[in-house]
Amino acid sequence: MVLHTVNSSPTQSRCLEDCLQLIRPPAVLLLIEDGVYGATTAHQALLDQLPDEISCTVLQPDVDARGLRPLLSERFDLVDDNGFVELTMKCDRVQSWY
Amino acid sequence: MKFAIVVNGSPSSSQAAATALRFTEAALHQGVDVLRVFFYGESVLTANRLTHPPQDETNLTQRWQQLASDHDVELIVCIAAAVRRGVMDEREAKRYEHTADNLADGFELSGLGQLVDASIGADRVITFGGRA
Amino acid sequence: MSQIADLLLVLRHGPYGGLNAREGLDAALTAAAFEVPLSLLFLNDGIYLLQSDQQPGQLPAKDLSKTVPALAMYDIERLYVRSRDLEQRGMKPEQLVVEVEVLDDEQAANLFHQHRHILSF
Repeated sequence: MVLHTVNSSPTQSRCLEDCLQLIRPPAVLLLIEDGVYGATTAHQALLDQLPDEISCTVLQPDVDARGLRPLLSERFDLVDDNGFVELTMKCDRVQSWY
Repeated sequence: MKFAIVVNGSPSSSQAAATALRFTEAALHQGVDVLRVFFYGESVLTANRLTHPPQDETNLTQRWQQLASDHDVELIVCIAAAVRRGVMDEREAKRYEHTADNLADGFELSGLGQLVDASIGADRVITFGGRA
Repeated sequence: MSQIADLLLVLRHGPYGGLNAREGLDAALTAAAFEVPLSLLFLNDGIYLLQSDQQPGQLPAKDLSKTVPALAMYDIERLYVRSRDLEQRGMKPEQLVVEVEVLDDEQAANLFHQHRHILSF
Protein backbone atom coordinates (compact mmCIF):
# COMPACT_ATOMS: atom_id res chain seq x y z
CA MET A 1 0.00 0.00 0.00
CA VAL A 2 1.26 3.50 -0.85
CA LEU A 3 0.72 6.62 1.28
CA HIS A 4 0.56 9.73 -0.92
CA THR A 5 1.07 13.05 0.88
CA VAL A 6 0.22 16.34 -0.83
CA ASN A 7 1.44 19.58 0.76
CA SER A 8 0.35 22.35 -1.63
CA SER A 9 -2.91 24.18 -2.24
CA PRO A 10 -4.78 23.04 -5.37
CA THR A 11 -5.20 26.65 -6.44
CA GLN A 12 -1.46 27.35 -6.23
CA SER A 13 0.03 24.13 -7.54
CA ARG A 14 -0.78 21.05 -9.61
CA CYS A 15 0.43 18.66 -6.87
CA LEU A 16 -3.00 17.29 -6.00
CA GLU A 17 -4.07 16.78 -9.63
CA ASP A 18 -0.71 15.19 -10.47
CA CYS A 19 -1.11 12.86 -7.51
CA LEU A 20 -4.68 11.95 -8.41
CA GLN A 21 -3.58 10.92 -11.91
CA LEU A 22 -1.26 8.27 -10.49
CA ILE A 23 -2.82 7.14 -7.21
CA ARG A 24 -4.10 3.55 -7.42
CA PRO A 25 -5.45 1.19 -4.79
CA PRO A 26 -4.21 0.02 -2.40
CA ALA A 27 -3.40 3.59 -1.33
CA VAL A 28 -4.16 6.32 1.16
CA LEU A 29 -4.26 10.04 0.32
CA LEU A 30 -3.14 12.41 3.11
CA LEU A 31 -3.33 16.17 2.63
CA ILE A 32 -0.92 18.15 4.82
CA GLU A 33 0.23 21.76 5.23
CA ASP A 34 -1.28 23.97 2.47
CA GLY A 35 -2.48 20.74 0.86
CA VAL A 36 -5.38 20.70 3.36
CA TYR A 37 -7.23 23.30 1.29
CA GLY A 38 -7.82 20.44 -1.15
CA ALA A 39 -10.02 18.74 1.46
CA THR A 40 -12.60 21.55 1.43
CA THR A 41 -15.90 21.20 -0.40
CA ALA A 42 -14.74 23.85 -2.89
CA HIS A 43 -12.39 21.29 -4.44
CA GLN A 44 -14.60 18.23 -4.06
CA ALA A 45 -14.99 17.80 -7.84
CA LEU A 46 -11.28 16.96 -8.16
CA LEU A 47 -11.93 13.74 -6.24
CA ASP A 48 -15.01 12.64 -8.20
CA GLN A 49 -13.09 10.03 -10.18
CA LEU A 50 -11.21 8.65 -7.18
CA PRO A 51 -12.11 5.01 -6.38
CA ASP A 52 -13.98 4.59 -3.07
CA GLU A 53 -11.40 2.16 -1.72
CA ILE A 54 -8.78 4.92 -1.59
CA SER A 55 -9.21 6.51 1.79
CA CYS A 56 -8.86 10.29 1.90
CA THR A 57 -7.35 11.80 5.02
CA VAL A 58 -6.33 15.27 6.09
CA LEU A 59 -3.93 16.35 8.82
CA GLN A 60 -5.88 17.80 11.76
CA PRO A 61 -3.30 20.31 13.10
CA ASP A 62 -3.10 21.90 9.65
CA VAL A 63 -6.89 21.94 9.29
CA ASP A 64 -7.45 23.54 12.70
CA ALA A 65 -4.57 26.00 12.28
CA ARG A 66 -6.44 27.36 9.25
CA GLY A 67 -9.93 27.14 10.78
CA LEU A 68 -11.08 24.85 7.98
CA ARG A 69 -13.27 22.35 9.89
CA PRO A 70 -16.58 23.93 8.76
CA LEU A 71 -15.44 23.78 5.14
CA LEU A 72 -14.26 20.17 5.02
CA SER A 73 -15.66 17.70 2.52
CA GLU A 74 -17.27 14.55 3.97
CA ARG A 75 -14.96 12.44 1.84
CA PHE A 76 -12.07 13.23 4.24
CA ASP A 77 -11.24 11.81 7.64
CA LEU A 78 -9.15 13.83 10.07
CA VAL A 79 -5.93 12.27 11.35
CA ASP A 80 -3.67 13.77 14.00
CA ASP A 81 0.13 13.46 14.09
CA ASN A 82 -0.12 10.04 15.74
CA GLY A 83 -2.51 8.99 12.99
CA PHE A 84 0.00 10.20 10.39
CA VAL A 85 2.65 7.95 11.98
CA GLU A 86 0.18 5.05 12.06
CA LEU A 87 -0.63 5.53 8.37
CA THR A 88 3.10 5.52 7.59
CA MET A 89 3.44 2.20 9.41
CA LYS A 90 0.32 0.74 7.80
CA CYS A 91 1.40 1.69 4.27
CA ASP A 92 4.54 0.12 2.85
CA ARG A 93 5.96 3.25 1.26
CA VAL A 94 5.36 6.97 0.95
CA GLN A 95 5.31 9.28 -2.08
CA SER A 96 5.44 12.98 -1.16
CA TRP A 97 3.98 15.38 -3.71
CA TYR A 98 5.34 18.91 -3.32
CA MET B 1 9.74 -0.47 13.15
CA LYS B 2 12.52 1.75 11.76
CA PHE B 3 11.89 5.11 10.09
CA ALA B 4 14.23 7.28 8.02
CA ILE B 5 12.95 10.86 7.87
CA VAL B 6 14.05 13.17 5.05
CA VAL B 7 13.43 16.91 5.35
CA ASN B 8 13.81 18.90 2.14
CA GLY B 9 11.80 22.13 2.45
CA SER B 10 12.97 25.52 3.68
CA PRO B 11 12.28 26.32 7.36
CA SER B 12 11.13 29.83 6.39
CA SER B 13 9.23 29.40 3.13
CA SER B 14 7.67 26.02 3.83
CA GLN B 15 6.24 24.04 6.76
CA ALA B 16 8.54 21.06 6.13
CA ALA B 17 10.79 21.43 9.18
CA ALA B 18 7.81 21.98 11.49
CA THR B 19 5.71 19.11 10.14
CA ALA B 20 8.70 16.77 10.19
CA LEU B 21 9.42 17.79 13.79
CA ARG B 22 5.88 16.96 14.96
CA PHE B 23 5.93 13.73 12.95
CA THR B 24 9.26 12.68 14.46
CA GLU B 25 8.03 13.47 17.99
CA ALA B 26 4.86 11.43 17.41
CA ALA B 27 6.86 8.54 15.95
CA LEU B 28 9.23 8.48 18.92
CA HIS B 29 6.31 8.55 21.37
CA GLN B 30 4.89 5.50 19.61
CA GLY B 31 8.14 3.62 20.07
CA VAL B 32 9.29 3.92 16.46
CA ASP B 33 13.05 3.60 16.01
CA VAL B 34 13.99 6.79 14.12
CA LEU B 35 17.24 5.75 12.47
CA ARG B 36 18.09 9.21 11.26
CA VAL B 37 16.65 12.55 10.27
CA PHE B 38 18.38 13.71 7.10
CA PHE B 39 18.23 17.42 6.26
CA TYR B 40 18.62 18.02 2.54
CA GLY B 41 17.95 20.88 0.14
CA GLU B 42 16.68 24.13 1.68
CA SER B 43 15.98 22.36 4.98
CA VAL B 44 19.68 22.58 5.90
CA LEU B 45 18.94 26.16 6.98
CA THR B 46 17.14 24.62 9.98
CA ALA B 47 20.61 23.81 11.34
CA ASN B 48 21.80 27.44 11.31
CA ARG B 49 22.24 28.39 14.97
CA LEU B 50 22.25 32.10 14.11
CA THR B 51 18.54 31.92 13.26
CA HIS B 52 16.51 33.97 15.74
CA PRO B 53 12.77 34.32 15.16
CA PRO B 54 10.91 36.86 17.37
CA GLN B 55 10.43 35.76 21.02
CA ASP B 56 6.76 34.88 20.61
CA GLU B 57 7.45 32.57 17.67
CA THR B 58 8.78 29.03 17.63
CA ASN B 59 12.50 28.51 17.25
CA LEU B 60 12.53 25.37 15.13
CA THR B 61 16.28 24.94 15.42
CA GLN B 62 16.01 24.78 19.22
CA ARG B 63 13.03 22.42 19.04
CA TRP B 64 15.04 20.00 16.89
CA GLN B 65 18.02 20.30 19.23
CA GLN B 66 15.77 19.52 22.19
CA LEU B 67 14.34 16.49 20.42
CA ALA B 68 17.82 15.23 19.54
CA SER B 69 19.02 15.51 23.13
CA ASP B 70 15.84 14.04 24.66
CA HIS B 71 15.73 11.03 22.37
CA ASP B 72 19.26 10.62 21.09
CA VAL B 73 18.13 11.00 17.47
CA GLU B 74 20.72 11.53 14.74
CA LEU B 75 20.20 14.83 12.91
CA ILE B 76 22.37 14.63 9.82
CA VAL B 77 22.71 17.66 7.57
CA CYS B 78 23.85 17.07 3.98
CA ILE B 79 27.30 18.64 3.80
CA ALA B 80 27.10 19.64 0.13
CA ALA B 81 23.64 21.19 0.52
CA ALA B 82 24.73 22.97 3.71
CA VAL B 83 28.04 24.40 2.51
CA ARG B 84 26.50 25.83 -0.66
CA ARG B 85 23.94 27.61 1.55
CA GLY B 86 26.43 28.87 4.12
CA VAL B 87 25.83 26.41 6.95
CA MET B 88 29.19 25.22 8.26
CA ASP B 89 30.71 23.43 11.19
CA GLU B 90 34.13 24.40 12.49
CA ARG B 91 35.96 22.14 10.08
CA GLU B 92 34.19 23.40 6.95
CA ALA B 93 34.51 27.02 8.08
CA LYS B 94 38.27 26.50 8.36
CA ARG B 95 38.42 24.75 5.01
CA TYR B 96 36.75 27.72 3.32
CA GLU B 97 38.72 30.19 5.44
CA HIS B 98 35.80 31.73 7.28
CA THR B 99 36.22 33.27 10.71
CA ALA B 100 33.03 31.76 12.13
CA ASP B 101 30.94 28.63 11.94
CA ASN B 102 27.18 28.38 12.47
CA LEU B 103 26.10 24.73 12.67
CA ALA B 104 23.83 24.32 15.69
CA ASP B 105 24.79 21.76 18.37
CA GLY B 106 22.98 18.49 17.96
CA PHE B 107 23.25 18.60 14.16
CA GLU B 108 26.06 16.93 12.25
CA LEU B 109 27.32 17.52 8.70
CA SER B 110 27.80 14.40 6.62
CA GLY B 111 27.54 13.12 3.08
CA LEU B 112 24.60 12.06 0.93
CA GLY B 113 25.66 8.48 1.60
CA GLN B 114 23.91 8.90 4.97
CA LEU B 115 20.62 9.41 3.13
CA VAL B 116 21.17 6.28 1.07
CA ASP B 117 22.30 4.27 4.09
CA ALA B 118 19.27 5.30 6.18
CA SER B 119 16.91 4.56 3.28
CA ILE B 120 18.26 1.05 2.89
CA GLY B 121 18.28 0.35 6.63
CA ALA B 122 14.77 1.65 7.32
CA ASP B 123 11.37 -0.02 7.05
CA ARG B 124 9.85 3.30 6.01
CA VAL B 125 11.27 6.40 4.34
CA ILE B 126 9.26 9.60 4.39
CA THR B 127 10.11 12.92 2.74
CA PHE B 128 8.90 16.34 3.91
CA GLY B 129 9.19 18.56 0.86
CA GLY B 130 9.04 22.30 0.45
CA ARG B 131 7.34 24.52 -2.08
CA ALA B 132 7.51 23.82 -5.77
CA MET C 1 3.25 -6.84 -7.78
CA SER C 2 6.90 -7.84 -8.13
CA GLN C 3 9.61 -5.52 -6.88
CA ILE C 4 11.78 -3.80 -9.49
CA ALA C 5 14.41 -2.21 -7.24
CA ASP C 6 15.07 -0.93 -3.72
CA LEU C 7 14.66 2.76 -4.49
CA LEU C 8 12.42 4.80 -6.75
CA LEU C 9 13.57 8.39 -7.09
CA VAL C 10 10.82 10.67 -8.34
CA LEU C 11 12.01 13.94 -9.88
CA ARG C 12 9.10 16.33 -10.41
CA HIS C 13 10.84 19.66 -10.84
CA GLY C 14 12.51 21.18 -13.86
CA PRO C 15 16.07 22.49 -13.89
CA TYR C 16 17.32 26.00 -12.95
CA GLY C 17 14.18 27.35 -11.19
CA GLY C 18 15.65 25.99 -7.97
CA LEU C 19 18.05 23.34 -6.73
CA ASN C 20 15.51 20.56 -6.26
CA ALA C 21 16.23 18.80 -9.57
CA ARG C 22 19.98 19.12 -9.16
CA GLU C 23 19.92 17.75 -5.64
CA GLY C 24 17.62 14.92 -6.71
CA LEU C 25 20.10 13.90 -9.40
CA ASP C 26 22.93 14.07 -6.86
CA ALA C 27 20.99 11.71 -4.60
CA ALA C 28 20.52 9.30 -7.52
CA LEU C 29 24.23 9.36 -8.35
CA THR C 30 25.13 8.76 -4.70
CA ALA C 31 22.73 5.84 -4.34
CA ALA C 32 24.17 4.35 -7.53
CA ALA C 33 27.73 4.84 -6.25
CA PHE C 34 26.67 2.85 -3.18
CA GLU C 35 25.42 0.17 -5.57
CA VAL C 36 21.81 0.44 -4.43
CA PRO C 37 19.47 -0.80 -7.17
CA LEU C 38 17.30 2.13 -8.18
CA SER C 39 14.96 3.54 -10.80
CA LEU C 40 14.46 7.16 -11.77
CA LEU C 41 11.06 8.51 -12.73
CA PHE C 42 11.14 11.92 -14.42
CA LEU C 43 7.59 13.02 -13.70
CA ASN C 44 5.60 16.15 -14.56
CA ASP C 45 8.02 19.08 -15.00
CA GLY C 46 10.86 16.70 -14.12
CA ILE C 47 10.99 15.69 -17.78
CA TYR C 48 12.30 19.15 -18.68
CA LEU C 49 15.60 17.91 -17.19
CA LEU C 50 15.85 15.69 -20.26
CA GLN C 51 15.27 18.39 -22.88
CA SER C 52 18.06 18.65 -25.47
CA ASP C 53 20.13 21.74 -26.18
CA GLN C 54 19.96 23.33 -22.73
CA GLN C 55 22.15 26.45 -22.56
CA PRO C 56 22.04 27.64 -18.96
CA GLY C 57 25.53 29.19 -18.98
CA GLN C 58 24.10 32.67 -19.42
CA LEU C 59 21.87 32.43 -16.32
CA PRO C 60 24.50 31.54 -14.98
CA ALA C 61 23.94 27.92 -14.01
CA LYS C 62 25.63 24.58 -14.51
CA ASP C 63 24.19 22.50 -17.36
CA LEU C 64 22.16 19.76 -15.67
CA SER C 65 21.45 17.95 -18.93
CA LYS C 66 25.16 17.00 -18.89
CA THR C 67 24.63 15.19 -15.57
CA VAL C 68 21.82 13.07 -16.96
CA PRO C 69 23.96 11.02 -19.40
CA ALA C 70 26.34 10.36 -16.48
CA LEU C 71 23.57 8.30 -14.90
CA ALA C 72 24.31 5.54 -17.39
CA MET C 73 27.97 5.51 -16.34
CA TYR C 74 26.76 4.75 -12.82
CA ASP C 75 24.72 1.84 -14.17
CA ILE C 76 21.40 3.59 -13.61
CA GLU C 77 19.53 2.01 -16.47
CA ARG C 78 15.92 2.34 -15.45
CA LEU C 79 14.96 5.85 -16.55
CA TYR C 80 11.24 6.38 -16.92
CA VAL C 81 9.01 9.15 -18.25
CA ARG C 82 5.25 9.24 -18.70
CA SER C 83 3.73 9.64 -22.16
CA ARG C 84 1.09 12.06 -20.85
CA ASP C 85 3.83 14.40 -19.55
CA LEU C 86 5.62 14.34 -22.92
CA GLU C 87 2.42 15.02 -24.89
CA GLN C 88 1.25 17.82 -22.58
CA ARG C 89 4.57 19.56 -23.11
CA GLY C 90 4.92 18.96 -26.84
CA MET C 91 8.03 16.82 -26.31
CA LYS C 92 9.10 13.67 -28.14
CA PRO C 93 11.16 10.83 -26.64
CA GLU C 94 13.70 10.94 -29.50
CA GLN C 95 14.49 14.58 -28.68
CA LEU C 96 15.55 13.83 -25.11
CA VAL C 97 19.21 13.77 -24.01
CA VAL C 98 19.04 10.09 -23.04
CA GLU C 99 17.08 7.03 -23.97
CA VAL C 100 14.16 6.51 -21.61
CA GLU C 101 11.30 4.10 -21.23
CA VAL C 102 7.96 5.78 -21.92
CA LEU C 103 5.15 4.63 -19.64
CA ASP C 104 1.41 5.08 -19.71
CA ASP C 105 -0.38 6.19 -16.53
CA GLU C 106 -1.02 2.62 -15.35
CA GLN C 107 2.62 1.65 -15.71
CA ALA C 108 3.83 4.83 -14.01
CA ALA C 109 1.35 4.32 -11.15
CA ASN C 110 2.58 0.76 -10.73
CA LEU C 111 6.16 1.98 -10.18
CA PHE C 112 5.13 3.39 -6.80
CA HIS C 113 4.09 -0.11 -5.73
CA GLN C 114 7.11 -1.87 -7.22
CA HIS C 115 9.94 -0.34 -5.17
CA ARG C 116 10.77 -0.82 -1.51
CA HIS C 117 11.13 2.91 -0.85
CA ILE C 118 10.42 6.16 -2.66
CA LEU C 119 12.59 9.27 -2.46
CA SER C 120 10.50 12.24 -3.61
CA PHE C 121 12.08 15.33 -5.11
